[in-house]
Amino acid sequence: MLKDITLGQYYQTDSVIHRLDPRVKLVATLAFIISLFIVNSFWGYLIAAVFLVVMIRLSHVPFKFMVRGMKAIVFLLVVAGVFNLFLTPGEAVVSFWKLQITKEGIKQALLMSGRLCFLIIGSSIMTLTTTPNQLTDALEKLLGPLKKIHVPVHEIAMMMSIALRFIPILLEETDKIMKAQIARGADFESGNLITKAKNLVPLLVPLFISAFRRANDLAMAMEARCYRGGEGRTKMKPLHYEKRDYLAYGMLVLYLILIVAEKLVLE
Amino acid sequence: MSIILDHVSHTYEEGTAMEFHALKDINLVIPDGQFIGLIGHTGSGKSTLIQHLNGLLKPTSGHVYYNGADIHDTDYNRKELRSKVGLVFQYPEHQLFEMDVFTDVCFGPKNLGLDKKEVELRAYQALKQVGLEDEYFYQSPFDLSGGQKRRVAIAGVLAMKPDVLILDEPTAGLDPKGRDEILDQVAAFRKETGMTVILVSHSMEDVAKYVDRIIVMNKGEVLMDQIPKEVFKRYKELEEVGLAAPQVTYIMHALKDKGMPVSADATTIEEARLEILHALHR
Repeated sequence: MLKDITLGQYYQTDSVIHRLDPRVKLVATLAFIISLFIVNSFWGYLIAAVFLVVMIRLSHVPFKFMVRGMKAIVFLLVVAGVFNLFLTPGEAVVSFWKLQITKEGIKQALLMSGRLCFLIIGSSIMTLTTTPNQLTDALEKLLGPLKKIHVPVHEIAMMMSIALRFIPILLEETDKIMKAQIARGADFESGNLITKAKNLVPLLVPLFISAFRRANDLAMAMEARCYRGGEGRTKMKPLHYEKRDYLAYGMLVLYLILIVAEKLVLE
Repeated sequence: MSIILDHVSHTYEEGTAMEFHALKDINLVIPDGQFIGLIGHTGSGKSTLIQHLNGLLKPTSGHVYYNGADIHDTDYNRKELRSKVGLVFQYPEHQLFEMDVFTDVCFGPKNLGLDKKEVELRAYQALKQVGLEDEYFYQSPFDLSGGQKRRVAIAGVLAMKPDVLILDEPTAGLDPKGRDEILDQVAAFRKETGMTVILVSHSMEDVAKYVDRIIVMNKGEVLMDQIPKEVFKRYKELEEVGLAAPQVTYIMHALKDKGMPVSADATTIEEARLEILHALHR
C-alpha cells in the first residue's frame, strides 16, 4: 500500500555517479539548485537540461523510475503553473471574464514549472544514487568546521541517519498493523474526516508503542557497544576524494561558468 | 464450503528492479474442517499465500474462491469475508491498542455491527476459548506476559467467530511451555467448534502432533501436499529445502537401519514409544 513512494529512495545499481564521494553529490546538488534560480531564459534552461540529461545517463537509473517519484508533486506543479499563467501582468493574449492570459504569464508559467521539475529531478538523482548513511556522513564532514563553535555536528548527523533508517521500518510496520486491523474488520477508508481520524487509533497506538520499543532497543544496543557520541570516534570507511571526484568538481565548475556566462552575455 | 486457489500467482514490485515472484501458480483446495500445517522456509511465500485467503492481497494472476464465489468480484463483500476467514498475524500482540483486554477483544465483533450484548458475549467466549483467566480481563493488555498477550490477540480474531482460522507462526518467540499451551488450546477449540485451522510454521515438530494435512512451500511453489506421515517419509527432500522432519522420524529411521523391526512411520513421540515397545516384545 505504502510502497509506491519513490521520492528520496535509493536505487541500487553500479554507476560513476553511485561511486562518487557523497560530498561531491551534496555540493553539486546544492549548486545545481542555486543555478536554477539564477537562470531566467530559454538558453540557460537548455544548459541545465543538458547537464541533467548527462547526469541521468551516467547514473544508470531508469528515467521511468524518476518520473514515478514526480507523481507526488503534479498537484503542486499544476497550482504553480496556473497561478503564474493567470496572475502575471503584461501584454494580454487571451482574456475572458475577469481573467487574462498574458505573454509574460505563459513564459513565467513555463519557466516556473520547468524549474520545479528540474529541481525535483536534480535532487532525486542525488537521493537515488546515495544511501542515506553516505549522505549523513557527507553532511557531518562538510559541517565539521562548525564543531569549533560548539555545534553538535556529530549528534545532528547521527539523529538524521537514525531517522532516515527508521522510515522504511516504520512504513513496513504501519503496513503490517494496518493489515492486522483490517483482518479484524477495521475500516480505514470510509466515513467523514472525524470518523476517519477516530478509526486511526487502532493503527496509531500500536505504531507508537512499537516505535518506542524500537527506540529503546536501539539505545540499549548502542550503549552495549559503548557509544558515547562523536568524541574521538573513527570511521570504518573514511571519506576521501579520488581522481573522479576532482573531475566531477571540475565539471560542476564548468557548468556554473556556463550558466553565469549565459546570464551575463544573453540577458 | 471451501477455499479454492486457482492458478494464483503474486509478484511484488512488478516492473521494477526489485521485482519478486512470491507465489507461482498455486492450486489448492481447502475443504471445511481440516487442520492444515503450512510449512516453509523463511521467504518461501507462506505469509503471502495466507494473505490471499482473506483478500488482503490480490493475486497478480489467478483467482481465489470462497464458498464458490470469486472474492475479487467487484460486488463481493470482502469485509464479511474477513470475519469468516480469520487471520492472526505473526506477533499478533503488536496489534493490541485498547485500555483493557476485554475492550480490545471486543474490537473485532464490534466492527461486524453486532449489538453490544452479542459483542460482549463473543469476547467473553473467545477469551475463555484461549484459556485466559477472568482476573486479567480488565487489565491493560500491555501489562500481560508475552504468552498472555498472544492469547488476547488470538481471542480478538476468534471473537469474530470465523469458519476458517489462519495462524501465522503462533508460537514464534514463546518458550516451550507457552508454545505447547497455545497449540493445545488451538487443537481444543478446533475440536469444539469444528472450524478449519491453518497453522503456518517452519517447525515440523510444532505441527506434526496436530494436523491432518501438511502443505510444504518452497520458493513460491507447493512442494508437497500430503498427510504428515507421507511428508515425513520424504525427509531427505525436506532437508534440501532447509526444513527437517520431526526428531522421532530420524530416530525411527536410525533404529530401522540398525535392524530393529520398527516401521519408520511414527511422527509423534507417543507413536514412536508404542512402536518401539511393540518391536521389543515381538
